Amino acid sequence: MSLIAITEVKKRFGDNEVLKGISIDVAPGEVVAIIGKSGSGKSTLLRCINGLETIDEGSIVVAGAQFLPDEVHLKALRLKVGMIFQQFNLFPHLTAGGNVMLSQMVVKKTPKKDAEAVARKMLDRVGLAHKFDALPDELSGGQQQRVAIARALAMQPIALLCDEITSALDPELVAEVLAVVKELAAEGMTLVMVTHEMRFARDVCSRVVFMHQGRVHEIGAPEDVFSNPRTPELRQFLGVQ
Amino acid sequence: MTEFSFWDILRNLLLAARWTVVLSLVSFIGGGIVGAALLFLRIGGRRWPRLLSRGYIQLFQGTPLLMQLFLAFFGLGLFGIDVPAWLAACVALILWTAAFLAEIWRGCVESIAKGQWEASASLGMGYLQQMRYVILPQALKVAVPPTVGFSVQVVKGTALTSIIGFVELSKAGSIVTNATFQPFTVYGLVALIYFALCWPLSKSSQLLERKLNVAHRNH
Repeated sequence: MSLIAITEVKKRFGDNEVLKGISIDVAPGEVVAIIGKSGSGKSTLLRCINGLETIDEGSIVVAGAQFLPDEVHLKALRLKVGMIFQQFNLFPHLTAGGNVMLSQMVVKKTPKKDAEAVARKMLDRVGLAHKFDALPDELSGGQQQRVAIARALAMQPIALLCDEITSALDPELVAEVLAVVKELAAEGMTLVMVTHEMRFARDVCSRVVFMHQGRVHEIGAPEDVFSNPRTPELRQFLGVQ
Repeated sequence: MTEFSFWDILRNLLLAARWTVVLSLVSFIGGGIVGAALLFLRIGGRRWPRLLSRGYIQLFQGTPLLMQLFLAFFGLGLFGIDVPAWLAACVALILWTAAFLAEIWRGCVESIAKGQWEASASLGMGYLQQMRYVILPQALKVAVPPTVGFSVQVVKGTALTSIIGFVELSKAGSIVTNATFQPFTVYGLVALIYFALCWPLSKSSQLLERKLNVAHRNH
């Protein structure tokens, strides 16, 4: 039984069809990397899974909850899948701890004391327990992204969507974020990530999806996809001839 | 003929200046409340309230305050309703202030990065929760300097109410001039009193801008 079932999803922006019938099933505990050129629709697909974009055709079912564009269904869906963004999107007026506590208290109505305990635990998990009281401004990009991961984890999602989460980071800060993601993968978290970190995708992911012009062009185990690309588009994308 | 001392003139002007202050405060507070309501209609999801609010704002920003005062004062009179000058002045200034504040604040709310909406949505927050806990706390910070800056316009706007006969600082100025025949002294003092009211506001707007920007420097 798949955890995330994406079936024949189509998405248009005006006349421009960016997703032309995508079907992917993600099993619990799987780590799926989505690669492809910019404009291939990979970020859009991820945003559709979280309901940040509506879909025009097809269906997305996450752990039995169908994606429907009304507030009740959206909320149910979003409690199951967390999302991490390229630009971190921490709330700048709250401390790291406050960022992790807010949605627990507001959405789940967790008492403040419990929310704080969870926040401390989650920040500890990403190695930032000592930054509980720091404002986002005072943190490096890598630290901010780790707080964003802790914030998503605090809602106890069954899957995490990562949208190019290392693309806005200085090269030296990429490793600390990927280490956290790797650890999550090892703990059995289901991850769907759009990424440009090919080595990471090869080492950590259970499956790689190559998207091209709004379609799934190739899909398979990383060793197959990377070592044995079957289509010229993927070969070109990977830079192998 | 009675002689007026400098002190007589100043004292009368200062007494009248109280009404300028009161009228400014009423307009600003009332305008703030109405403006907040307009803001929520303007940025909310529903189509008709949004259009209505936009139309209101364009109407009040696109006509002179003086016309609005005339309409409030004489317009209702046509229907046989006797509107006292103070009431017409308050109503017109409140409605005028509301239109500008709503638009200033809309800009502030829209200046908050889209990612803030997306991140809070992805954590399961509804529209009101996003507003209450994520967007408004940041937008308020952005809004303080321009809002305080606009209060200067409100103070100066009250001068127009002298035309419909409300006795505030400007009206008192012309009354005192008529009695003393010293227009330069009187209007000079009037200008100085306006300046004394407005300058601290402009200055604090500048200071606030600098101070609040420190906390906002990365966004």
